[in-house]
Amino acid sequence: MIELYGTKLPSRLLLGTAQYPSPAILADAVKASCASGVTVSLRREMAGGKGGEKFWSLIQSLRLHVLPNTAGCHSVKEAVTTAKMAREVFGTNWIKLEVIGNHDTLQPDVFGLVEAARILCEDGFAVFPYTTDDLVVAERLLEAGCRVLMPWCAPIGSALGPVNITALRSMRGHFPDVPLIVDAGLGRPSHAALVMELGFDAVLLNTAVAKAADPIGMARAFGKAVDAGREAYRSGLLEPRDLAVPSTPTIGRAVFQ
Amino acid sequence: MKLTVNGEAHEITAATLAELLAALDYEGNWLATAVNSELVHVTERALFQLKDGDRIEILSPMQGG
Repeated sequence: MIELYGTKLPSRLLLGTAQYPSPAILADAVKASCASGVTVSLRREMAGGKGGEKFWSLIQSLRLHVLPNTAGCHSVKEAVTTAKMAREVFGTNWIKLEVIGNHDTLQPDVFGLVEAARILCEDGFAVFPYTTDDLVVAERLLEAGCRVLMPWCAPIGSALGPVNITALRSMRGHFPDVPLIVDAGLGRPSHAALVMELGFDAVLLNTAVAKAADPIGMARAFGKAVDAGREAYRSGLLEPRDLAVPSTPTIGRAVFQ
Repeated sequence: MKLTVNGEAHEITAATLAELLAALDYEGNWLATAVNSELVHVTERALFQLKDGDRIEILSPMQGG
């Protein structure tokens, strides 16, 4: 159970809905993952088109929390307008705020992100900012009104997994009471388990599941990994040490000479 | 009147945004509209007057990550 902006979600996995081989596989993958929320977006509709309606009906049938994004927006204005349009269509004030700053890495324009977050928070949005692991930016986002932070662990779709574990650990330590969701860069279930073991509250991923040979199986694997990582974190992990320590008791050991 | 709808140029007679949507066969409560980068709520479309050169965006739900 995790609480985000006053809403309790049963699982700590949020799943993207893009790039699946088919709508049916998307639906089955979401169910197999036990995700509690899905991300969606808005795109231009063709005249007379019904594509948006079909997709929206499918998402509604899943009966999960919907987190619209502002993917592809490169300016504050674009992101704010897209967020407002998403609120109207999807009927939620939740918004995954993306303000992209670099075409190659898709890393966020953190300056625009903070500005857009302030505008949207003041307008009543529950902002989920896609950000870096920079502590100062995180602080500014909280000052802007964000109550959840979503740092990347690697570039979107890269499948690299956590490239800066020290920074992620530092972020967890600096913001012990802020829900932190690792968003972007996860490639394997073990990556998800790792960030959950660090104490992150949830993960959001898309490509690693959607582009797997078997998206449904991979979705199930990620769901288990998230649960395993969370339970491990709560159970108290053993700190690494340089020297060996025997696990079998040495007292009572037979001596043969 | 010259309008740009979802990036494409249109020469069309439509006084309001609602009329434009009808003329181009857009219908359904899953659409969001913006004119010149500002949201136009569904309840405002019937009264929203278009003018020459307006840029209209008509968006609908899509897969996203």
